[in-house]
Amino acid sequence: MAELIAKSPCEGLLPFSTGSADLTELWPDHMTLIAPYKGKDIAAAAALKSAHGLDLPLPGQSSGDAEARVIWFSRGQSLLIGPKADASLEGAAAVTDLTDGWSVVELKGKGIADVLARLSPMDFRLSQFPTGKSARTELKHMMASITRTGDAAFQIMVFRSMAATLVHDLKTAMEAVAARG
Amino acid sequence: MRITCPICGERDMREFTYRGAALPTPPLEADVETWVDHVHLRENAAGVLRELWQHTMGCGAWLVVTRNTITHEILDVVLAEEAGIGIPVAEEQP
Repeated sequence: MAELIAKSPCEGLLPFSTGSADLTELWPDHMTLIAPYKGKDIAAAAALKSAHGLDLPLPGQSSGDAEARVIWFSRGQSLLIGPKADASLEGAAAVTDLTDGWSVVELKGKGIADVLARLSPMDFRLSQFPTGKSARTELKHMMASITRTGDAAFQIMVFRSMAATLVHDLKTAMEAVAARG
Repeated sequence: MRITCPICGERDMREFTYRGAALPTPPLEADVETWVDHVHLRENAAGVLRELWQHTMGCGAWLVVTRNTITHEILDVVLAEEAGIGIPVAEEQP
């Protein structure tokens, strides 16, 4: 049996830094889509709470921390990032492993809202997009999930196949913002 | 132009995809003329129209947007599933 080496979506592309802002790749062990069945939202939320200690997020929200996070991912869908999804979720929700399907990067530092302003139509200033808020939106024509994970930190996700484009566009915007000083 | 998605809130038009006129769907057993009208014939009025938009870059929801094509004013946005334009549920067969 050949020894296969797993490559992360942004292998060889990151980290990148402008001095004031940093872009790094996050490579979660597990990413699992949780889509509660019709009328089973409360049961799914209870199962998530007891199994992982996390609240099923409302639209545009997230909960948890870097170890275990759950973000609102689309209509009627949430994404559990970090731990392996507990089997107890399966009675109340459709549970789908998306671990290899998405690339996840973290943008930290100064001027990060200005960086995203160059790529997306949404307002990512801290006053408008507080910590914990999450949105599905457009990032340079890519369908993205963007979550504010801290005062000066965003988690940005796109489909894995678009990882190189994501890194290129973020780097370009970071360099342009840094050049303005 | 900005559309207020009932799920995501006010978003830029770039996040949405136009999906056609929001017309009530005829019954499946309707005759061919009715379906031809439904598929091809439009009043194309200048003014207030009901349109289907999908929040493709956001939550994915289909929306019925009431829009004034003269002023581009968005008058109303509701989830398509709540707008009563789907195929009428046929009577249960005995």
